[in-house]
Amino acid sequence: MHPVIDVQGAVKQYGVGDAAIFALDGVDLQIKQGEYVAIMGPSGSGKSTLMNIMGALDNMTSGKYFLDGIEIDSLGEDALALVRGRKIGFIFQSFNLIPRTTALANVELPLAYQGIKGKERRERALAALKVVGLSERVNHEPTQLSGGQQQRVAVARALCTRPALLLADEPTGALDSKSTHDLLDLFDQINAAGRTVVLITHEDDVASRAKRVVRMRDGKIISDVLNKRASV
Amino acid sequence: MSIFEIIRFAIRGLNSNKLRTTLTTLGIAIGVSSVIILLAVGNGSSKAVQAGIEKLGTNTITIQSNRGGFGGGRASASRAASSKPLTVGDAVALSSPINAPDIKQAAPVASASVACAVGTNSSTPGTFNGTWPSWFEASNTSIATGTYFTNDDVTEGRRVAVIGSTVATDLFPGSNPVGQVMRCGGIPFTIIGTTEKKGSNGFQDGDSLVVAPLTAVQRSLTGYNNLQSIVVQAKSAKVQDLAQTEINTIMDSQHKIKNTNNRDYRTLNQASLLQTTSSSNSVFTVLLGMVAAISLLVGGIGITNIMLVTVIERTREIGIRKAIGAPKRAIMTQFLIEATILSLVGGVIGVIGGFAGSHFKIVGVQPIIIPASVFLAFGVSILIGVFFGGYPASRAASLRPIEALRYE
Repeated sequence: MHPVIDVQGAVKQYGVGDAAIFALDGVDLQIKQGEYVAIMGPSGSGKSTLMNIMGALDNMTSGKYFLDGIEIDSLGEDALALVRGRKIGFIFQSFNLIPRTTALANVELPLAYQGIKGKERRERALAALKVVGLSERVNHEPTQLSGGQQQRVAVARALCTRPALLLADEPTGALDSKSTHDLLDLFDQINAAGRTVVLITHEDDVASRAKRVVRMRDGKIISDVLNKRASV
Repeated sequence: MSIFEIIRFAIRGLNSNKLRTTLTTLGIAIGVSSVIILLAVGNGSSKAVQAGIEKLGTNTITIQSNRGGFGGGRASASRAASSKPLTVGDAVALSSPINAPDIKQAAPVASASVACAVGTNSSTPGTFNGTWPSWFEASNTSIATGTYFTNDDVTEGRRVAVIGSTVATDLFPGSNPVGQVMRCGGIPFTIIGTTEKKGSNGFQDGDSLVVAPLTAVQRSLTGYNNLQSIVVQAKSAKVQDLAQTEINTIMDSQHKIKNTNNRDYRTLNQASLLQTTSSSNSVFTVLLGMVAAISLLVGGIGITNIMLVTVIERTREIGIRKAIGAPKRAIMTQFLIEATILSLVGGVIGVIGGFAGSHFKIVGVQPIIIPASVFLAFGVSILIGVFFGGYPASRAASLRPIEALRYE
């Protein structure tokens, strides 16, 4: 069985010549179905760049990236949109909900872009909101929700399309400890259900919840270890 | 996803920020209506000036005698000796359809300067004309009440008269003058009609007027050898130059003029007035065009600005939508529909506002809407709105999601 994520020799270069900066400097990373991976590293280590490439939000200068066996770099604009919609659920540090739009409408959005209509769409969105524990707040707009609640809406939005892969770029970065704890419990639950989860963090206690920790520095992977999964 | 879904997204997008939507619509509406109203005001004042000039009668030529009366001294005295007065015969000759095919009619005018009185009321008409019935048409004068006098009245020398509204209110305040008798210079005239109000032409009151049969006026007031002028009406404004030539030919032969530089009559050709009209028209046209260009430009820049700001403000939203799997086409279509709805609604409100605003007099000018300006303003603002709403949106939709998301 092929890995969910297969990054081979990924290079991301900004600028040219003497001014060239390598955000990624030859990264190889394979992640198998059902893994729970934390990517750690200081700022500027290239972890976010790697995440954006894995989420098909950014392209790389050279290298290959296979997502679920599909070579992403060879895809056109429309196919990329499909991949983003169906294969990947992406969670941002800053939530990135559509402003002035209810939680339900936000969660329905990726389903709508996939052409799922009316009742089914609504049911799936409500189910996802129920999973993240926001059934009571479906008609609230982002500004009426706390940071933790907004992030859970974002998780519901990422989950409702039943993606193979859940990518989270510092999802707890803007949250207090209680919300962080709730969100990590949610990720555990999602991973336990068989979904692949990859998250970026620079907090050790967040990373300790993952089964595998990848450390980066200066655009390279410097360590890749399995967690002993110490009791929390 | 279906187009209906995208339309719903667009409407939701407009709904989700009502203030922005309202302001954008307002901006477009103001752009459109100001173009329409500005052009309507310009057009209205142009039409008002034209109408004012046309009221004076654009296809009439007035022939006046050059005999004496001016200056004095030997030059005019010697000219007076060899010159002839205008006569009814001249008017008859000018009416000949063979020699003057472009002249519709000619009317001799004898003017008196007398006061008219009824009981204790009196009025001194600015104009007291003895003439032929054809004068009414030639001078663009129509009857409000009663009738014109007829050729028969002229032949018989009946003392009947048609009066203007100023004379009517002076002499018969609050009662119908038709059928009553007034005395002018001591001579009784029976009033048979009143003229339509003409208003003032700036120099004299066009309604301070008495018109009576030529023969009656000559017999009782002016004498027979003293025609003031002959009013000639060309068949149309177009053939006025031809009519002018015919007048000169006929009058030169009537008055035995050898040297055309030394005529004993002169003509006041309304063609110069017509020229003034057309030159003032072209000035107005240029002015209107400039007003239109400037207001379209200003309105267009306003719309462009609003649309650009709106879309740039939403680049991040476009990034979010792309990150969760929105195809480029869906995003572009949504923003294009939003821009179209905004432009259409704003445009329609602007047109309605333009029509409503043009009902009111603006600094004394009644605006008259130019139909083309409505289409122009509406079309241009929609084009601008759709382009500057659609183009930046399509650019944003072409960005990689991460670039759009980083956009601040």
